[in-house]
Amino acid sequence: MPDKKTRPLSVVRAGETVKLAGIEAGRGLNSRLASMGLVPNVEITVISSGHPGPFVISVKDTKMVLGRGMAHKIMVL
Amino acid sequence: MADIIKKINVALAGNPNSGKTTIFNMLTGARQHVGNYPGVTVEKKEGLCKYAGFEMTVVDLPGTYSLTAYSIEELIARNFIIDEQPDVVVDIIDASNIERNLYLATQLIEMNVPLVLAFNMSDIAEQKGLVFDIEQLSRLLEATIVPTVGNKGRGKAGLLDAIVKTARQGRIERTHKVSYGQEIEEELAKIEALIADKEHLLAKKYGSRWLAVKLLERDIDITAKVHSGEVLDVVTAGIEHLRTIFGDEPEIIMADRRYGFISGACQETIKSTVESRHSRSDLIDAVVINRILGLPIFLVLMYLAFLLTFKIGDYPMGWLEQFFDWAGTTIIGFWPANSESWLKSLLVDGVIGGVGGVIVFLPNILLLFLAIAILEDSGYMARAAFVMDSIMHRIGLHGKSFIPMLIGFGCSIPAIMGTRILENRRNRFTTIMVIPLMSCGARLTIYALIIPAFFTEKWRGPVLWLIYLIGIVLAIICVKVLRLTVFRGETTPFVMELPPYRMPTLKSVCIHMWQRGWMFLKKAGTIILAISIILWAAMSYPKPSRQSIAGLSSEQAQQTALAYSVIGRIGRTIEPALEPLGFDWKIGMALIGATAAKEVFVSQLGIVYAIGGSEESSQTLREKLQANYTPLTGFCIMLFCLISTPCVVTVVMTKQETGSWGWALFQFFGLTAMAYVVTFIVYQLGSFIAG
Repeated sequence: MPDKKTRPLSVVRAGETVKLAGIEAGRGLNSRLASMGLVPNVEITVISSGHPGPFVISVKDTKMVLGRGMAHKIMVL
Repeated sequence: MADIIKKINVALAGNPNSGKTTIFNMLTGARQHVGNYPGVTVEKKEGLCKYAGFEMTVVDLPGTYSLTAYSIEELIARNFIIDEQPDVVVDIIDASNIERNLYLATQLIEMNVPLVLAFNMSDIAEQKGLVFDIEQLSRLLEATIVPTVGNKGRGKAGLLDAIVKTARQGRIERTHKVSYGQEIEEELAKIEALIADKEHLLAKKYGSRWLAVKLLERDIDITAKVHSGEVLDVVTAGIEHLRTIFGDEPEIIMADRRYGFISGACQETIKSTVESRHSRSDLIDAVVINRILGLPIFLVLMYLAFLLTFKIGDYPMGWLEQFFDWAGTTIIGFWPANSESWLKSLLVDGVIGGVGGVIVFLPNILLLFLAIAILEDSGYMARAAFVMDSIMHRIGLHGKSFIPMLIGFGCSIPAIMGTRILENRRNRFTTIMVIPLMSCGARLTIYALIIPAFFTEKWRGPVLWLIYLIGIVLAIICVKVLRLTVFRGETTPFVMELPPYRMPTLKSVCIHMWQRGWMFLKKAGTIILAISIILWAAMSYPKPSRQSIAGLSSEQAQQTALAYSVIGRIGRTIEPALEPLGFDWKIGMALIGATAAKEVFVSQLGIVYAIGGSEESSQTLREKLQANYTPLTGFCIMLFCLISTPCVVTVVMTKQETGSWGWALFQFFGLTAMAYVVTFIVYQLGSFIAG
């Protein structure tokens, strides 16, 4: 359950490492992201954050690029 | 006593980007067969491998991150493993990226399959400084682990040995299970007990623990298979209970626990000896997917790819043209000069004229596929899809759509097959509908004929560009319209893995290039050959009587005969409909043939203008065209050919990929109608302006 301290991934700056709190998306997307490594408390390192522009993160040694809107839906601590 | 050849069924599983296909190619070589899983449009690849007295059938399952019921690829992979019960499942793992890749392995472990893990790309893992305690990891995961380097062919023997050994072992009772934590394990135990009691058949087929896990995950596919209301009630109660405790869906918590298991196993067995902070890939990406530089870099690379295709392709193209000229002359030489022979005509006009015109373009198309294969294998394509996404999204497409569309510039057939990478049905269908507007290699034969006929040197480049551009612009408009009407809805959010940059190997690039080029060649060899022969017959018969052509020059006689034939008559009949477009019955005839396959247009026109044989070059045909038509008509011909269906094979492919003739015909008639309307407007406006 997101508490007052969580913020969307989209506001995290490049170079920062945060922990995943939750994802505001449907079951299918949630499950897919989970199988790609985005599970609760996993460490996410933001490699490049753009507004607008590529939002690239590193999760468990895997680099992923997130499109528009996605970064907004991922809540982190 | 005869040797009994023992058979082993092997299934290959693995993440996308793990090098699974390369391993598949390494094991099966050229003995592969591509088909479809029954009822769906997912590709099924099977191959054979003989080793140590065993005959192995290898099935390359779709690349997946997991085995949920959320996507059709995952369901297929999962059902194949459950229904076909392969003797061994090999999970191909990107060793430089282990934790994420092992997620799928945990699912396979839970399905209790005889498992071999191929630690692929182990050379990159080594470069990264990763050291694996393979023995211990193997013990923890209860699976044989073999390091491999797929694209260099290393590890093949080791992998095959592991497969044989595991096949002999058969299914084992596993001791190390993924533990989901006390609370979840309690619920699982309850469900398991009830399943063993109430659902015997299911328990026997799937295993009660696996069933319990899936039910707790609210797996749609499995939940639907359970009949017992009692079981379902306990499951629902359990899920509620867990939701309250964890504040999250059990499904997500379980995913987390799997990663916990993986993490634990890896911490004990994997050491990193090199501290790498900014990998090379990151540095390259800082430039390549840069907000400002990304798009220009992409455009430059695309330009280079096309430059490679056309400039270098010109040489082999010239050789092929010469070859066909020679072939034609030689065949004609078998008959006394000026004799009438249907066989000669069939071979020279029908076969060489028809098929030769296609094969001449093979170098260009192969080079385009080569360029694309290099971009894909190096890892750039994923970045390009991202760079394109912002533009694509504004039109209403997913960034990944651009990859099949790019392939469409070579040939629509592999392009339409390539839309399989799009998960969203709406996106995929929309992309399939407009791929024909990406001017393909076949149409290039038409442009190559017409442009030099009507336009001076300095205009040729720009006109060609204009045609391609019009195709793209029309595609954008069509996508917008389709997305507002037939395929309304939101696009899926863009999440894509960025594989690390790799140096593409010559071998893998060539395999990829050939796989797509082969489809084009097959089409040439089969459909176009058949069509060419049919059209040749429709053009040669019925023949006018001897008297009616007596006294005419041979060229005039040929023309009269043409008008008398089936195609000629059809052309004349539709001529009134074509006049507003600036076409006459001769063009009409060629267009009819071109509906079947665009390349046929050129040979048809050649015959109509009594060029015939292959002694004359297309230069003569161009002279004839110039004499008979205006540049405006020339342009309109190209426009019509650009917009209408490239070939009959495209229609068939669309039907295959969409699963219904309805969509294929919608595409066919839609494109034809649009071609007519646009050409009509352009011609009328053009004539009006010209005075």
